Amino acid sequence: MRFTKDHEWIAVDGGTATVGITAFAAGQLGDVVYVELPEVGRAVARGEGFAVVESVKAASDVYAPVSGEVVEVNAALSAAPETVNAEPQAGGWLVRLRLADPSELDGLMDQAAYDALVAET
Amino acid sequence: MNMVDVGRPTRPEAGEPAAQGRFETRPATLTGGSGLQQPEGLLFEVGGLDRCGVDLPEPELDASDLGDLVRHGEIGLPGLSEPETVRHYVRLSQKNHAIDLALYPLGSCTMKHNPRLNEKLARLPGLADIHPLQPVSTVQGALELMDALAHWLKTVTGMAAVALSPKAGAHGELCGLLAIRAAHEARGDARRTVLAPTSAHGTNPATAAQAGYAVASIAQTADGRVDIADLAAKLGPHVAAVMVTNPNTCGLFERDILEIARLTHEAGAYFYCDGANFNAIVGRVRPADLGVDAMHINLHKTFSTPHGGGGPGAGPVVLSQALAGFAPVPWIVARDGRFDLVEHVEEEAAQAFGRLCAFHGQMGMFVRAYAYMLSHGADGLRQVAEDAVLNANYVKARLSDLMPPAFEGPCMHEALFDDAWLDGTGLSTLDIAKALIDEGFHPMTVYFPLVVRGAMLIEPTETESKAELDRFIEAMRAIAAAATAPGAAGLFKGAPYHAPLRRLDETLAARSPRLVWKPDGGLS
Amino acid sequence: MRYLPLTGADRRAMLATIGAPTVDALFEDVPAEARRDGLVDLPRGQGELEVERALQRLAAKNLPAGAAPFFCGAGAYRHHVPASVDHLIQRSEFLTAYTPYQPEIAQGSLQTVFEFQTQVAALTGMEVANASMYDGSTAAAEAVLMAMRITRRGRAVLSPGLHPHYAEAVAAQVRPAGGKVARLPLAVDAEAASIEAVDADTACVVVQTPNLFGTASDLSGLAEAVHARGALLVVVTTEAVSLGLLKPPGEMGADIVAAEGQSIGNGLNFGGPYVGLFATRERYVRQAPGRLCGQTVDADGRRGFVLTLSTREQHIRREKATSNICTNSGLCALAFSIHMTLLGQAGLKRLALLNHQAARRLKSALDEVPGVEVLTPRFFNELAVRLPRPAAAVAEALAAKGILAGVPVSRLAPGAGFDDVLLAAATETTTEDDIARLAAALKEVLA
Repeated sequence: MRFTKDHEWIAVDGGTATVGITAFAAGQLGDVVYVELPEVGRAVARGEGFAVVESVKAASDVYAPVSGEVVEVNAALSAAPETVNAEPQAGGWLVRLRLADPSELDGLMDQAAYDALVAET
Repeated sequence: MNMVDVGRPTRPEAGEPAAQGRFETRPATLTGGSGLQQPEGLLFEVGGLDRCGVDLPEPELDASDLGDLVRHGEIGLPGLSEPETVRHYVRLSQKNHAIDLALYPLGSCTMKHNPRLNEKLARLPGLADIHPLQPVSTVQGALELMDALAHWLKTVTGMAAVALSPKAGAHGELCGLLAIRAAHEARGDARRTVLAPTSAHGTNPATAAQAGYAVASIAQTADGRVDIADLAAKLGPHVAAVMVTNPNTCGLFERDILEIARLTHEAGAYFYCDGANFNAIVGRVRPADLGVDAMHINLHKTFSTPHGGGGPGAGPVVLSQALAGFAPVPWIVARDGRFDLVEHVEEEAAQAFGRLCAFHGQMGMFVRAYAYMLSHGADGLRQVAEDAVLNANYVKARLSDLMPPAFEGPCMHEALFDDAWLDGTGLSTLDIAKALIDEGFHPMTVYFPLVVRGAMLIEPTETESKAELDRFIEAMRAIAAAATAPGAAGLFKGAPYHAPLRRLDETLAARSPRLVWKPDGGLS
Repeated sequence: MRYLPLTGADRRAMLATIGAPTVDALFEDVPAEARRDGLVDLPRGQGELEVERALQRLAAKNLPAGAAPFFCGAGAYRHHVPASVDHLIQRSEFLTAYTPYQPEIAQGSLQTVFEFQTQVAALTGMEVANASMYDGSTAAAEAVLMAMRITRRGRAVLSPGLHPHYAEAVAAQVRPAGGKVARLPLAVDAEAASIEAVDADTACVVVQTPNLFGTASDLSGLAEAVHARGALLVVVTTEAVSLGLLKPPGEMGADIVAAEGQSIGNGLNFGGPYVGLFATRERYVRQAPGRLCGQTVDADGRRGFVLTLSTREQHIRREKATSNICTNSGLCALAFSIHMTLLGQAGLKRLALLNHQAARRLKSALDEVPGVEVLTPRFFNELAVRLPRPAAAVAEALAAKGILAGVPVSRLAPGAGFDDVLLAAATETTTEDDIARLAAALKEVLA
């Protein structure tokens, strides 16, 4: 699992990657009430906002850690947005991407680097 | 400008004390009654589809001429007799806090007393029972009043013109930006960006986006003001306007405002001032003297028109000579000793950017504001600003030892605190606000401006007596002492205990929105 | 000064506490160039008696609707509002409360907003409604922007019967946002023709019923055609009482309703404050502008109400908000709601029928006036009347005779081919005597 400075995580399995927001980000938002997900088939560029996670008092853009094509979205979040709070890095995943350029992963943080970032915040 | 992306607790925490038991030492009532506080259900539970509180004559003609256009079936609107209707609303009114009850210190809202004379005058048939499209010859008094109001607004701000039609502050912001946009387009210099400080009220970037602009932030200095160097760096030929609130949302006067104006103008941009905080300087400082090109004035703030639980407001926009020609129709003009309305984009109003809304503006609020202006006069308005600033500084001075202000130096009409003094207590600004409810006051503005952590923004206004301020200060001091005592958190987390309801589950409301009554009554 | 409680002694004591020598010291950040030691050039303050006199003098220069036979409509209507409405909205707790951001001490406002939302949804036949907009015209503009967001298309078609002020307000707001507006030429009864202007970039068609000319239409066919082309139908109503008699927009396929609620609970007030009704389908609610109030429970499990779905709004979403609206029309919405409660659906239906009856009587009388032709084929309470002479001059001549005969179309759309048309509305406040006097005066003026 790798991380971005905007608190997204990405887990790669072959040519596909699963993306979500970290426990820290979910905690910052508070109770998640709604998730706006992209359409399947949409192409996203690295750094492009492609989803929004909303709590009652806040909304947070989710940025694509890498470029790719949306192949699946977590439809279960529509009925159970609280999953993002309960399992942000498991059942609360947001989007699956087909990677356009796997080398982009190199620029992302590992767990230790991300933990250090959170500690500073 | 970023969305608010940090949330806070939005439902009651489990485990805090229930309302009964710990605090109720009086015996329970037999039928669940609570003295003067009356319970009241929803209209759809207490009313009836066949009930009515209005006596209307029996129609003699029918609607057979309309055939299939006629509505059939139940509409779903229950009625009540007049006595039951009065009870329904009086009982509900008991569950509201209001300025008329106690200090209502919402920052940047200017919750001042709403003079009842203004209510009386707004209801004069000659002002209330006139149609906007009656022949102009039959409403000369109305046009004269609007013209007089315009004169007062222009004089007190030093500005050349005023657009009266905007229906609220945010609407006024849109009016100002659309005039600016038209002015740039008229000289073939269309621009695409608006700059606003990070402390700006949300309506500023929202309005800029609605007006078709991209929005970029200006940084803030450590002393809570616009960072001039950052502003200078961000200005360029693509910037249409700089939107600044003055005094700003931290309650501070922008000392370098003349420099802000100069830099803005040098870059070919216009200086838009959000006038929400005009109460601090009305009668003492004229925005024209600060280099402002356009400024909306919230009549429901500075000029006392009632907040009404969420409006109606009015947001007339004063304009510089450079922007005057682009103001939206209608314009009120005086010709040959009579008043007239210019309602179309033609002739003298050929450059107007168009029309913002139907008819002429919030006349009901104009009457109230004009009566307020006549009552105060130039001398009274100046005193308003002075007392508003004095009251805020007094509150600040008397609380600073317990909760240090966010910024040093005198504040204007509102005092800003952050939540650093709560570190280690396990409590948040929200908990303090809820505790204040129990002490009988409406909480101050919380979590705004965004630039200060856990912000508490207190605006007393000039219509508070020293006695009421002292009462508020004592409540805040008691809360501060209790909050910083060991083991306080549990009690505070359950506040309020003495309001008609306890903390509400806003998470549930957002996850399972129930926006209209349904027969099943419950929540999914 | 009667509204300023501080005494000289108070001010001195407070300055001492603050540690400032004078109040001027608190204004030290004001640049010297902008400091004004003297008063601005305006009169000094006055007592209640003088202020009352000044405003009475201005009021006396106007001819109130109640003092003359009155037939003005065109987007604002004179109805009788029961006395208890105005009395209740003047209660301190409603008049002087703020927006209900602290729900524990604002259940009065919040419950009444929830009731208002339910009433508006029921009245318009839609699934959800918001807490109000400024007025019908800005509601229409916001409806178009919303339709553009939902469909991701950039063009709006404005039908031939849309009130010109509404069309202008839509254009003023939609064009800067990058949208295009196609305004179809004014026509008495051509709503259905709007479909011809719909193309692949059309987000919505905005159609009004009863329209500017008073014509009431069944929009079901138009709705179907619009939907078939992937666009939405925005329905505007400027006379809310009509919904007591006519098929509501929700039953005709409307996606968004933008209406003026002034007719219920609110007087003419020379054009404002009014109250915008905004209703839509549940599935579009997250794209809707304005405040929304929702039901929930408190810590003790009791039912309560809170503002909700706030992430759409400016204070959170900022430049990505669905609208910049903050203050709306709370007290006017309350007045609407109280009046609606007093009426109930039975009273509303009867009130609507009385309005229609008055208009039928007006039509009969006008049919007897030589040279005058009623153009409106199907009406609720307003008629478009073709005169043999320019309508503005006729209206002025009738005003000189103490009759407010209606609104010339040329006031709203000069040179649109309707300069000889007068819009005349009749409500439950219009008496048979009023109608007779209008007809007689019209005959005289046209002779």
